[in-house]
Amino acid sequence: MKKIILDRDFIGKQYPTITFDVELQTVLLFAKATGQDDPIYFDNEAAKESGFPAIPAPPTFLIVVAMKQDNPYLYLTDLNVPIGRILHAKEEYNYFNPIYVGDQLHMDSKIDNIFDKKNGALQFISFLSIYTNQNNTKVAESISTLVVR
Amino acid sequence: MTSWDYLRLEIGDAIPTLELNKISRSSLALYSDASGDYNPIHTDIEFAKKSGLPDVIAHGMLVMSYLGRALTNAFPHTSLTNFSSQFVSMTQINDRLFCSGKITKKEKDSNNDTILTISLRVLNKSGEKRITGKATILIKS
Repeated sequence: MKKIILDRDFIGKQYPTITFDVELQTVLLFAKATGQDDPIYFDNEAAKESGFPAIPAPPTFLIVVAMKQDNPYLYLTDLNVPIGRILHAKEEYNYFNPIYVGDQLHMDSKIDNIFDKKNGALQFISFLSIYTNQNNTKVAESISTLVVR
Repeated sequence: MTSWDYLRLEIGDAIPTLELNKISRSSLALYSDASGDYNPIHTDIEFAKKSGLPDVIAHGMLVMSYLGRALTNAFPHTSLTNFSSQFVSMTQINDRLFCSGKITKKEKDSNNDTILTISLRVLNKSGEKRITGKATILIKS
């Protein structure tokens, strides 16, 4: 395979804010696909009995906000990286406030870093996203690091 | 989980290990729909082969989601403040995964809240490491 050279001028590039409504069906399908067995993730009454105002989004649900877009890999298009050449190297979340069904989230993202290891044999892209809710409360941030094969 | 008491955890203690069913093609298809991650490397064997892999591989984020279940089974949902996963190797079809965690730090912050640091990993049945991870749990005093 031909080596891909990543253009580091894209470090810091910001992407337009994405608005995402946390809909019941989306959370239920995600809970099912990830095998959630705690009823707080699929039963509104169980969530309320546990003291939540509504069903909370499971810890890794935020991936859906990035993925349910027309082109979730816009930054890879910018960097000229075909999707078959990337692997997920690392994902990190910081949680500041819970996310519930019914919330409206805003995601602001940028290419946080482009770096290499092993004398350039492995190249990495990290993508930072900050999520705020309808009350302008910062709820979480995610840092996704991809490796280019 | 009646005898489970996360408040009494000390350094070196383990959280309950979560054992999963075999990774199947249908579980990957369902996760693609649920997450919106339609990278064909997870569902299209021809595409996977063209990309230099012997077969499709699981979404790293599906495996991380299983690990998240091990955490939310052990601790209240809102106590999780940081959660990270390093995807050490590719999860294959038919992998049977085990998600485990061990307390590596227990501290008090200035509010007298307890902060637990948990070292996490996901192994398959042959002991191959798929994920190494870390989580921070904040238990209010």
